Amino acid sequence: MSTNAKTATPSSQDIGQRATPNGIKLPIYMDNHATTPMDPRVLEEMLPYFMEKFGNAASRNHPFGWAAEEAVELSRERIAKLIGATAKEIIFTSGATESNNLAIKGVAEMYREKGNHIITAVTEHKAVLDTCKHLEKLGFRVTYMPVQKDGLVDLDDLKRAIDDKTILVTIMAANNEIGVLQPVAEIGKLCRDRGVVFHTDAVQAIGKVPIDVNKMNIDVASITGHKLYGPKGAGALYVRRKNPRVQLVAQIDGGGHERGMRSGTLNVPGIAGLGKACAIAHEEMPQESCKIAGLRNRLKDSIMSRLDEVYINGSMEHRLPGNLNISFAYVEGESLLMGINDIAVSSGSACTSATLEPSYVLKALGTGDDLAHSSIRFGIGRFNTEAEIDYVGDRVVETVLRLRELSPLYEMAKEGVDLKSVKWAAEAH
Amino acid sequence: MSYSDKVIDHYNNPRNVGSMDKKDADVGTGLVGAPECGDVMKLQIKVNPQTNIIEDAKFKTFGCGSAIASSSLATEWVKGKTIDQALEIKNTEIVKELALPPVKIHCSVLAEDAIRAAIGDWKKKQETAKPVEAQAAQ
Repeated sequence: MSTNAKTATPSSQDIGQRATPNGIKLPIYMDNHATTPMDPRVLEEMLPYFMEKFGNAASRNHPFGWAAEEAVELSRERIAKLIGATAKEIIFTSGATESNNLAIKGVAEMYREKGNHIITAVTEHKAVLDTCKHLEKLGFRVTYMPVQKDGLVDLDDLKRAIDDKTILVTIMAANNEIGVLQPVAEIGKLCRDRGVVFHTDAVQAIGKVPIDVNKMNIDVASITGHKLYGPKGAGALYVRRKNPRVQLVAQIDGGGHERGMRSGTLNVPGIAGLGKACAIAHEEMPQESCKIAGLRNRLKDSIMSRLDEVYINGSMEHRLPGNLNISFAYVEGESLLMGINDIAVSSGSACTSATLEPSYVLKALGTGDDLAHSSIRFGIGRFNTEAEIDYVGDRVVETVLRLRELSPLYEMAKEGVDLKSVKWAAEAH
Repeated sequence: MSYSDKVIDHYNNPRNVGSMDKKDADVGTGLVGAPECGDVMKLQIKVNPQTNIIEDAKFKTFGCGSAIASSSLATEWVKGKTIDQALEIKNTEIVKELALPPVKIHCSVLAEDAIRAAIGDWKKKQETAKPVEAQAAQ
């Protein structure tokens, strides 16, 4: 890509995407759980709200404000339609982290008189777990539910965990690492029967699999734009208004926007984009999820038919169509990423994380640290193609084979050494 | 994370990959690290008993790119050195040569440990009259 002096880019880091003879552009983006590329139709929807329709949606007295408000209300309707809600139940936020904070802290504070117990699961996103930890410091009691080997919460365990003081259950709809879909409808039913508010972090699920807040008895749900081909910095929170009405204590004070639940001037272009992204998802989800699941299965077969000792992390049955999380035994995840550096994916290896700990999600499934270090997350999305899938499958297979030739563990395993029985001299590290 | 050119070069073209016969009296084997920690290095040296010079070195590593590069470099550096000279190799020199960032320093430490473990194993063999069947590593 060429840039002239007048339009210098703010960053020196150029992705440098290049075309190859077989029509694939490298690097290939296959990390759609981290973020999705924006759909051009979404960008088109947003553009007028930066310049000509720049008004503040809260300005009630002139057409600039009206135009902005119209965009906001259309977006509210589109989001509501995607999840079976009504427009008035949608509150705009800056994204998933804020939505999760508002939902959990807002419910905890509102229902403090009623009880102080919150239930969540160990595989939740940090935006949920750390919010719960914060509430523990304030005197709330939090139960962190374990998950089964397939990544799902056990409903009987959950039933037993609910007590008289439970005010909130917060369990995600789809996991960001392993793509596992929790039994949201069953959890919702359980919570409704016990009169407990049910919040779900649905950012990975919405737009990918059907979510209906009424059929699933969801009371509060977090949504974000950039996981469904919309913009970053635009999110929403669904808050049930009737049967039963759920109330939240605002976490940001100010002008009383969003019915007092979230003050702050609305990000109109972002909100317009989020709404358009939801409208597209609503329209195209049936065909798209089928196509993406087909690509995902093609990748899975391409890898698993050619490599032994590869393990899928989490349930294959209850899973997002675009997710594949695989551990490649005897190969360390970061070195694998380095070998396939023309493909953008993620690893649960400690070497790729700031904490030097392997993925807590994989550990929660009972995956050993060794296999957690060997995991790769593929996130297949709207714009991936069959040719890309085949390229990725080939590159992964050839790189794993090469690294296994380099791996003392693979050699030992082939010699029949039981790696679990070896006394590793690594205590000092 | 971005890697230095030298790390990338060792990762793409690792030197001295392979294995030697652990039972050979002239071969010392070091196996350090643990799969749970995400790094395991096996480094082997073949020593000329007359001169104490390391005539050959091989490695296999399970670990990140920096771990592979550190052990690959270690095999290059020990070759042609005497046992005593090889023991003088410091992890800090590996860090410098490969321009490892602070979070990857443990890879260089592991490579130094692997050299020491291999030499230790070889020395132990020299002290015993005949080759020992079971190796320290297993």
